[in-house]
Amino acid sequence: MSTDFTLPFDQISQADFARVGGKCASLGEMTQAGVAVPPGFAVTTDAFAAMLDHHGVRAEIERHMTGLDPDNLDQIDRAAQAIQIRIRSHHLPATVEAAIRTAYAGMGDDMPVAVRSSATAEDLPDASFAGQQDTYLWVQGGDDVVEKVRDCWASLFTTRAVAYREKNKIPHIDVLMSVGVQKMVNARAAGVAMTLDPGTGDRTRIVIDSSWGLGELVVSGLVTPDNFVVEKVLEEILDRTIADKHVELVGDAALGEAVERDICSDRRTQPSLSDDEVMAVAMLAKQLEKQNKCPQDVEWAIDADLPPGENLLALQSRPETIWSQKKKTKPKTAYATGMMSIVGTLTNPISTRK
Amino acid sequence: MDAKTPMFPSAFDVKTPQGAEGWEDLYPYYTRFQASRREEEDGKFWFCNSQHWPNPFRPFDTIMVDYATKCLGQYNTRHLLVPPANGVDYRILNGYVYFSPIGVAPEDIEARVPQFMERAGHYFGNWDDLLVNWKSKVLAAIADLDTISFKELPEVEDLEVVIGGLGQDSTTQLFEQYDKAINLCYRLWQYHFEFLNLGYAAYLDFFGFMKEQIPSIPDQAIAKMVQGVDSELFRPDDELKKLAKLAVDLDLVDAVMTGSVDDALAAVSAAPNGAQWIAAWEAAKDPWFNFTSGNGFYSTDKYWIDHLDIPMSYLRDYIGRVQSGDDIMRPTAKLIAERDRITSEYREMMDEEAQEVFDGKLGLSRTVFPYVEDHNFYIEHWALGVFWRKMRELSELLSKQGFWADSDDMFFLSRGEVREAIWDYSQAWAIGTDIHGSQVWPDEIARRRKIHSALAKERPQPALNTPPEVITEPFTIMLWGITSEAVERWVGADEDGDGLKGMAASPGIAEGVARVLSSPDQLSELQKGDILVTPVTAPSWAPVFGKISAAVTDIGGMMSHAAIVCREYGLPAVTGTGNAASKIKTGMRLRVDGNTGTVTVLD
Repeated sequence: MSTDFTLPFDQISQADFARVGGKCASLGEMTQAGVAVPPGFAVTTDAFAAMLDHHGVRAEIERHMTGLDPDNLDQIDRAAQAIQIRIRSHHLPATVEAAIRTAYAGMGDDMPVAVRSSATAEDLPDASFAGQQDTYLWVQGGDDVVEKVRDCWASLFTTRAVAYREKNKIPHIDVLMSVGVQKMVNARAAGVAMTLDPGTGDRTRIVIDSSWGLGELVVSGLVTPDNFVVEKVLEEILDRTIADKHVELVGDAALGEAVERDICSDRRTQPSLSDDEVMAVAMLAKQLEKQNKCPQDVEWAIDADLPPGENLLALQSRPETIWSQKKKTKPKTAYATGMMSIVGTLTNPISTRK
Repeated sequence: MDAKTPMFPSAFDVKTPQGAEGWEDLYPYYTRFQASRREEEDGKFWFCNSQHWPNPFRPFDTIMVDYATKCLGQYNTRHLLVPPANGVDYRILNGYVYFSPIGVAPEDIEARVPQFMERAGHYFGNWDDLLVNWKSKVLAAIADLDTISFKELPEVEDLEVVIGGLGQDSTTQLFEQYDKAINLCYRLWQYHFEFLNLGYAAYLDFFGFMKEQIPSIPDQAIAKMVQGVDSELFRPDDELKKLAKLAVDLDLVDAVMTGSVDDALAAVSAAPNGAQWIAAWEAAKDPWFNFTSGNGFYSTDKYWIDHLDIPMSYLRDYIGRVQSGDDIMRPTAKLIAERDRITSEYREMMDEEAQEVFDGKLGLSRTVFPYVEDHNFYIEHWALGVFWRKMRELSELLSKQGFWADSDDMFFLSRGEVREAIWDYSQAWAIGTDIHGSQVWPDEIARRRKIHSALAKERPQPALNTPPEVITEPFTIMLWGITSEAVERWVGADEDGDGLKGMAASPGIAEGVARVLSSPDQLSELQKGDILVTPVTAPSWAPVFGKISAAVTDIGGMMSHAAIVCREYGLPAVTGTGNAASKIKTGMRLRVDGNTGTVTVLD
């Protein structure tokens, strides 16, 4: 069910994108396009706004944020801490809390979920900056989910985020945040796929990093992942580099959290993906690039609980930012065409060109 | 590497194989490396063209290398004035042919440009009309070849010859027919090269543009965008598939499976619906069974139409596959869709201005490329098939006159010597005495056979002397896949352990058991799932491509027949490995990676 405060991924439409932030919008879009995405819902910016309007939180933030000196980090830090404490200890408006609890209960009893912030990204153009906001894995139970949603909201007021907005003159109170609550994947393997070669910008390549367990260790660089290179158009694997993967992040049902676990020696150097799985990941990334009309950076996972052929899930897809923002260098001269070009080809053979 | 040590031996230091002493006089004087010009000969880089001539020549068979190289040269050098490239020179060493491209002196290149622009421009501008004209010329020449016949000289000339005041005897027709056959062969070789290098030039232009736009694009991807799906080279195989389906549809399977070809055709004829199938078989035969299991360059080539057991065995394989529910027809609609997909996906990676240029160059490549593929059927398969058949008829005729014992012994004579034998036959007939040949040729042919088989026991040196720093000659790269990297592979081929490098000619990866074939006669040994390893393949091997899981060849570039056929059949292929066929043994387990061009021995 959906209210103004929550919106299931499969009901997020184009018109809702501003209310659910970049990450949830992308999950919604993928779900609509038929991409396999773990189910879940967005806690919309309406919920955040309702919280701000509840018991004077908005005024309190404005008070803390007034007269800050962008260069005085100590002062910013104190203000940021105060707001974070205020948000974390704030009792949510009853309607918001009920909406979250209802939506969560609809996913199943005590379903383990990941709770992630989903920023309205126009205000935070640097994609990696969004990573400053929080992700909580293996959250279970309505109380915990509500608490983590609040924590995500609070993460909008980290010292760095506040300093960034001060410097860029972005009104603090205009930045709204959505939060995604998504079914936890029981990842056998997971990682990242880029629809270009991050080393060269080569768009004929899909480059996949993959390791055992949840993908967070790959993203954070705490494990050396397997690396696969796929030719995007011919759809063929060009290269496989199998790494020594010493540790994995896996859900522990008993503890109710994701834990790091050492990997026993025989699994460490086994490929974390079969060739068929590599191709499946590559084709998923290619599909997402096509849908989004620009190179993508895709987080994916292979779910151990799902049957082969249905076990590949997309967790996130966002535009690649580094190479895509580079200006293409125009050729120095116009392209040779017709007979002149053929003469040029014959007199200046390919193998001697630099 | 020491600059003074050549990478490959000098022709003058290559030893004659044991038992092949005197091989030189099997071949024309102009094909020899000249000792008196040693410095010049050693100064050039020669590569063995084992792609087109994988086995040593029998003396008559040098006709094909003579005509092929001469006719390739004439268009570059005299008709079109390709600015940087003249012809390709050739020599025969130990029975194998070595090629060396002749460049144009740098100072002369520019002056040729306007002429080339005008002449080649005319061809590119009028391609389709000229091609229609080409086909009718070729078909006329083939029809002419077909009329050739060699008649035994009569005991007595017909009375009409006397009464009609003809003043000519029957020997005249022997000479005329022989000369006509040779001249038509020569003419067909001229036609063969009329468009070919222009086709390659347009392709290379597109290729170079793609490599500039998308440096990492695989060569095979560029080939896939240009390659047609309805090449006439695939027709013979398609015809067999259609016949197989028809046999199943008409309930004639048992009849087609009966005994020899003759038995089967008799059984089909006797069966209800049989006439319909026989009509289809006859229609397919001419021209599509004018298809060699080799490449048309040897008198030993077996043409389907002369050896109906070859297409029949493929046909029976196809029937078996139809019965087990396989869809054997080539998925042409899918292939076209795939080609369009690949084309549009790479196109989208370019900016708008480049896309426009891309469209133009791809358009030209696609216009010219069907010729590059189709000429092979018309000339090598069809026309040369007729030529060889006529020559075999002559050999048989002369064999009957006592010149030699085996019906194909004539091919141990040069084409000039054959004309002398016809003279011998004619003069003895006219004078009323015995031919001399019967006293000369049997021993001489036995000697030549011995030399030829001694030559065949040794694989050729891949190249001679030192290659240029970079290999730039465009046609060499295109036709033979001879690039600087390929030469490095040949040099290093024996050094690495259990892997071989070649050209990534057709994508995909396969693992399986190797089956090493040295001749098309062994094709029947192939088992389902085998990895075919062979010096070189021919388009007519297509029917076995449904059985194998990958192909590895010693020789061949991106546009070699093996590469084209493998891409068509969606099989991984690594070509131009240099020595896979001698290094790999039947039974070895292999992994063939057609994406990276590597072959790994797994155990």
